[in-house]
Amino acid sequence: MDKAHELEKHPKYGMVIDLDKCTGCGACTVACMEENNIPFRKDETNKLRSITWLRVYRINNGKSYPDTEYAYLPRPCQHCDSHHTPCVSVCPVNATDKGREDGIISQVHPRCIGCRYCMAACPYHARYFNWWDPIWPKEMKQMLSPDVSVRPRGVVEKCTFCHHRLKRAKAQAMMDGREEIREKDYQTACTQACSAGAIVFGDLNNPEHMVNKLKTSPNAFRLLEKLHTEPKVYYLSTKKWVRQQADNGLLEAHKADVEHA
Amino acid sequence: MDSILIPKGLKRCSLIQFVAWLGFVSMFLGAGGIGALCVFGLGLNQTGLNDYFGFGLWITFDLAVIALGAGAFFTGFLTYILKIKELKAIINFAVIIGFICYSGAMVILGLDVGQPLRAWFGYWHPNIHSMLTEVIFCITCYLTVLMIEYLPLLLENRKLDEIPLFHNFSHSLHEIMMVFAGVGTFLSFFHQGSLGGMYGVLFARPFLYRPHFFIWPTSFFLFILSAVASGPAFTVLITSLTQLVTGKKLVKRSVFSLMAKISGIMLSIYIIFKIIDTWYWAKHILPDMGLTLAELYAPPYSMSLLFIELIVCGVLPAILLLMPKVRENDFLLYPALLLNILGIIINRFVFTVQGLAIPVMPFDSWQIYIPSWQEWVTSIAVIAYGIVVISLSFRYLPVFPQEKELN
Repeated sequence: MDKAHELEKHPKYGMVIDLDKCTGCGACTVACMEENNIPFRKDETNKLRSITWLRVYRINNGKSYPDTEYAYLPRPCQHCDSHHTPCVSVCPVNATDKGREDGIISQVHPRCIGCRYCMAACPYHARYFNWWDPIWPKEMKQMLSPDVSVRPRGVVEKCTFCHHRLKRAKAQAMMDGREEIREKDYQTACTQACSAGAIVFGDLNNPEHMVNKLKTSPNAFRLLEKLHTEPKVYYLSTKKWVRQQADNGLLEAHKADVEHA
Repeated sequence: MDSILIPKGLKRCSLIQFVAWLGFVSMFLGAGGIGALCVFGLGLNQTGLNDYFGFGLWITFDLAVIALGAGAFFTGFLTYILKIKELKAIINFAVIIGFICYSGAMVILGLDVGQPLRAWFGYWHPNIHSMLTEVIFCITCYLTVLMIEYLPLLLENRKLDEIPLFHNFSHSLHEIMMVFAGVGTFLSFFHQGSLGGMYGVLFARPFLYRPHFFIWPTSFFLFILSAVASGPAFTVLITSLTQLVTGKKLVKRSVFSLMAKISGIMLSIYIIFKIIDTWYWAKHILPDMGLTLAELYAPPYSMSLLFIELIVCGVLPAILLLMPKVRENDFLLYPALLLNILGIIINRFVFTVQGLAIPVMPFDSWQIYIPSWQEWVTSIAVIAYGIVVISLSFRYLPVFPQEKELN
């Protein structure tokens, strides 16, 4: 069996987010922060220093009232699948890695030296630096998740597709004597928190998983495909103006097509 | 009082005057120390950096001083490998400047990483695919080479030289200096290139990505060329500044002209390739990524910045430095050298700060970065540290072999 087939045999976890369903409520962000012990400060007004593994962007069609339309675009780490993942290939100390068996881009916090080269490499701004020591209110310390280590000041962190849940699902499968991780066994916190059901998570390689079907929808797209980062996060939208915001030059190309016609 | 330490036959200012000068410069060092304490104690939240600007003033400063410090390796290469004898008059000082630039850059890098105590992980957990790993390897190794190159000069201090062991050791080091010049050239070649490669490999950053030649992006070669173009210019400028401050002639004027000629030739080669590279990037790379040059040079970084970098601080000084009449005329030579240096600093700034300011996602916005006082004072402190090292070296070491003859 050649290497490509060997890799295809493994699951490739990914996400499909339906932007037509997303209401921008932010429940996914809150669930993510709670699940992954993401620190916060009293004053979070400086969004360039806030840690939000899953950030919700508000985008608009650029038209003035009454034609204005808005959409919300949740942006977790895109877990790029390209041969040289932008961040993994640049880290000088191997503190970030692509899982050979699941395709998940991990972050090894005890090894990160905080050089922030990975942040410069990521076009999605999905990586966050710990500018301060993580301090939680006294009452909240008891509520920290024991499955995810807290990170110290001076290291970079990011969305891990709730990797600890995959580990838990694998352990459970082993206890049950199963080899396969079923779709319902491993779901990210944001997926479960989304009240609109806009976020779907699963194995992109598995035809029985919902994401496998959704990613082939004609309305499916990925962010910045022209850069060949091959994200494992797909988006759905029936609105053309939303799809055009996925990459540079799409809007201009559309305008040129219209003029040409 | 310290006359027994001053090289024989050379005149230096009084000790009081010297101490007063060091005291004045030390004020800047002290301010830098306070800034550094803030950063080490309270963290990088003391800077103006953020999640969009992971790199800022410090990395720009580092890249600039490392490029300008290239005068050490390149002059060493020309002196010891290509045997250009005239440059022996300036090689000691070029090594000192290189040592200051690299050791200063290391201090700044120590401040800049979030976990400085883990800096050695670069050796322990190296990612051989990362350009930054190569930078870590080469810069640390080259700093060691610079220390070895600086050592014989230190041992030539009048009192130290009286000790037979030091005298003989220093003499032996001189004998094998060609080996270190060769090693230094090899290491410098790769880390100067890797610093450029660091940006060129970022294929998801359209402003920074460059096409590859074998495994290296074109920025790898352009950073080497720009460093060897600006390094000699910086060495001449600092030597001239030292002459101005001390009121002595330290190096024959012809040496400056020769260094300027070398700088001019290298700058000409660099700027030709840089213009071709920029044209190809604007014409082919950016459109493939759905972008145009005008979009990336939008305000506050207007197209004039590109014009200043390539033409005013590139083509113009290259032409000027190639003209013998300009090289012989101080009023034309120094502005040309300054423009050369400024162009390289702008280049490093553009790659570091502008490159990160530009939004890649179409719905994202431009961001502005303003360095904090802690970043400024620590950077200024490195310059002050350089002044202290030069002052001490000039006073107590026989840095300039032509000084006696010229004064």
